[in-house]
Amino acid sequence: MTVTAVQRAAWHGFHGTTWRTDVDVRAFIQDNVTPYTGDEGFLSGPTERTRAVWAKVTALFPEERRRGVHDVDPATPSSITAHAPGYIDRDHELIVGLQTDAPLKRAIMPAGGLRMVESGLAAYGYKLDPTVKDIFSKYRKTHNDGVFDAYTPEILAARRSGVITGLPDAYGRGRIIGDYRRVALYGVDRLVEAKRAELRSLDDADATEPVIRDREELAEQIRALGELKAMAAAYGHDVSGPAGTAQEAVQWLYFAYLAAVKEQNGAAMSLGRTSTFLDVYLERDLAEGRITEERAQELVDDFVIKLRIVRFLRTPEYDELFSGDPTWVTESIGGLGADGRPLVTRTSYRYLQTLRNLGPAPEPNLTVFWSPRLPEPFKRFCAALSIETSALQYESDELMRPRTGDDTAIACCVSAAPVGRQMQFFGARVNLAKTLLYAINGGRDELTGVQVGPAHPPVTGDVLDYGQVTEALDRMMDWLARTYVNALNIIHYMHDKYAYERLEMALHDYPVKRTLACGIAGLSVTADSLSAIKHARVHVVRDATGLAVDYRIEGDYPAYGNNDERADAIAVELVRSFMAKIRRQRAYRDAEPTQSVLTITSNVVYGKHTGNTPDGRRAGEPFAPGANPMNGRDRHGMIASALSVARIPYDQALDGVSLTSTATPDGLGRTPDERVANLVGVLDGYFDAGGFHMNVNVLTRAVLLDAMEHPDRYPHLTIRVSGYAVNFVRLTPEQQRDVVNRTFHGSL
Amino acid sequence: MNAATPAGPLTQAPGTGVISSWDLSVGVDGPGTRFVVFTAGCPLRCRYCQNPETWRMRDGRASTADEIMDRIAGYRRFISVAGGGVTISGGEPLLQPRFTAELLSRCHGSGLHTALDTSGLLGVRATDAMLADTDLVLLDIKSYDPATYRRVTGGPVEPTLRFARRLAELGRPTWVRFVLVPGLTDAPENVDGLARFVAGLGNVERVDVLPFHRMAAAKYERLGLRFPLAHVAPPDQASLDRVHARFQAHGVTST
Repeated sequence: MTVTAVQRAAWHGFHGTTWRTDVDVRAFIQDNVTPYTGDEGFLSGPTERTRAVWAKVTALFPEERRRGVHDVDPATPSSITAHAPGYIDRDHELIVGLQTDAPLKRAIMPAGGLRMVESGLAAYGYKLDPTVKDIFSKYRKTHNDGVFDAYTPEILAARRSGVITGLPDAYGRGRIIGDYRRVALYGVDRLVEAKRAELRSLDDADATEPVIRDREELAEQIRALGELKAMAAAYGHDVSGPAGTAQEAVQWLYFAYLAAVKEQNGAAMSLGRTSTFLDVYLERDLAEGRITEERAQELVDDFVIKLRIVRFLRTPEYDELFSGDPTWVTESIGGLGADGRPLVTRTSYRYLQTLRNLGPAPEPNLTVFWSPRLPEPFKRFCAALSIETSALQYESDELMRPRTGDDTAIACCVSAAPVGRQMQFFGARVNLAKTLLYAINGGRDELTGVQVGPAHPPVTGDVLDYGQVTEALDRMMDWLARTYVNALNIIHYMHDKYAYERLEMALHDYPVKRTLACGIAGLSVTADSLSAIKHARVHVVRDATGLAVDYRIEGDYPAYGNNDERADAIAVELVRSFMAKIRRQRAYRDAEPTQSVLTITSNVVYGKHTGNTPDGRRAGEPFAPGANPMNGRDRHGMIASALSVARIPYDQALDGVSLTSTATPDGLGRTPDERVANLVGVLDGYFDAGGFHMNVNVLTRAVLLDAMEHPDRYPHLTIRVSGYAVNFVRLTPEQQRDVVNRTFHGSL
Repeated sequence: MNAATPAGPLTQAPGTGVISSWDLSVGVDGPGTRFVVFTAGCPLRCRYCQNPETWRMRDGRASTADEIMDRIAGYRRFISVAGGGVTISGGEPLLQPRFTAELLSRCHGSGLHTALDTSGLLGVRATDAMLADTDLVLLDIKSYDPATYRRVTGGPVEPTLRFARRLAELGRPTWVRFVLVPGLTDAPENVDGLARFVAGLGNVERVDVLPFHRMAAAKYERLGLRFPLAHVAPPDQASLDRVHARFQAHGVTST
């Protein structure tokens, strides 16, 4: 490919060659990155302009919170070009583009499923436009329809009972990250050219089913890129060529992302790894005197405002599973290059600075790729922000870099993949604790008595025998893995067919690597149950039909979460064993099977649908989130608990292992400086120990008050004062008030 | 109550002790992330004590130094990367001086930062060798005024002050801890006396002023004990500020 005059002008001052001829953003970053090892002293605060634009948006939030949605367009099925341009404040926005023609107005995306759209609209008092309803019930089939045509009775039963749940069979699967940077670096025309070449490479191939499908998909990708150009043109921008300035680079990149969220309502619509890419443009403009630091920050702030108001129409059932209207606009920041240079740049700081300039917010989901080798000032800046906002999550750069490279980004919460080279088939998760109960009950559901799993002989005897139970569990997990992967294969076949991510996949290489991202919930409940059966005596209480409905534990057992090999090894074995069973299944499109130990907020719903468990947990009680130990059973503090989680082998859970840690400011040290240094130490220590992910909550007074209102959301809130630990939610209301009053005296 | 009488078995077999529990803490039991051993048994009965389960040695469990060192080994790497060390706390660790000395010596010898959290009442039992193995002493001076000290703890203050002077002579880095209880320890003479005393020592890096809290009330209830300060409210910010100002006036760093 030859370099054109337009490209030469846009790329002036950039280094390197390979990325000029091949679409290779990683090479561009490696050739042009300016690692920054200083501190945050250079950063700018919010300008009046930024404050004013942000104020216009925040003024809409109270109404949105009250009604559930601010507004919906119930008549226009969304597409890249379906809605007229929308603005927050046309004269003052630096970066433009909204999902619909007004901020916070949600779009409908019926290709995923009409039922989801109808019930989402109904929940907020809207009615679907009759023509749209007609089209999507008479003339155009949806992903959701396709899936239910193909589901087997067994899958339907497993789905109904909740042993397999959260499946993306009625909405967009998400978790696919287009390499949105490509649009800024190359412009759309060059990307279309590359896609045409990919299509040509198949001209001589036999027209087998996979080849036909690939050709159709590539053609759709090219069409979507054309629509992206049209959408940008409606906003007055020509994105056919590469971006020539930093402002254009941010704008082009955002347009690409915007096209994706106009087309798909995926559960997680993550952004990728954009800060260090954009830094190259910002540094060039700064060096050439085209912008000031203040303007550089304004561009980032304006971009982040847009990312904060991405919205999808969801149903109340969906919200019950994933509360808080999340969109997982995950941005991966930091990490090291393969050559050991930090990929921390001034723009990494600028992104994080938005938490101060605009105030804390859950989106975009700012994710720091941590390594003990990161520059110390950057580590301290991140830790300080965690303490201030609890808004950052951390993932191990040391685990990801050797496996998925130094241009990896996180989709959703913990799913790592090299940007633009790999996509995943999101698979939600199975309920491992319920599976254990099915094993004990010979496949019958412990709540309904219905035969859901295969009718193996139930485990007998008054006291559960460890050997018998693990054998039965192993058999039940065989069934589960098969049923689960069958369900996922059906879902992703139909999603590709009826709700294909044209634009996101246009920003991927061809051929793309695919993973089948399975997952497990209830790891700690299951591990503790097995530990109780092994190390204590667990008596079974059966009902008149012989169904085991309750358990009585005699004696103590070691619990997962105390860095105790006896219990932790059981958790590790569960993860290994289920992964091995998943690997034995045949995955759709030869995807590589992976799994996560992640629940997001669905641990509450999983718990609600699971009966009494042999670890002593009562029916309906929430599970611990992700790979967390169960509430109150980790008795030796945050570090011991975290080290148990760090034992879960990443290679057996390549879709991520999630840990949520909560500390009070006082629980990290007595002075602000000490807290920062200590949190840096904890993160260094955890990732050095092989931990994969840590959500860090450092609680503010507001959070403690919220915890009093909603104790179920804070099962792990521990208050520590010199050698004394107490579980916050177990205190009496009076004591909680005491803590609220005390903790914030003299702290930050 | 003869709380001031040391009750510990001085004849304990070498290498064994009685502990209440162990824990990992961050930033509250000395610098960084720390493995904390809580020994069982304490000669004092402080009215605000947060750990009544550690009062009596017979409520603890026997443990060998080997067992504890094995346990610490599981955290060694973490502590070395995160920064931190091992703290022997209690109860009163100097009630079991040989056991405490062995733990400090073995930890110190293996390159871990060591801290000893003590009231100083039994400071005479800490040998110079033990203190040489102690990188940091967390010395709880619960009051300066002898009458107040006795009211708070049931014991005399003089042994603690003597121990503090000895630590100064030995040049052992020390953090003093002082719990501020409204109406009990917050008298200006008491605070001022402590500040002046600490300022004269020279080895005290800082004073931690710990606001009294009532979070142990539930523990007392569980143990069938009465929490003597159940009716006392935590100090307010103004009162904390006043106390910090007194320390600062004497040139003492307080946090």
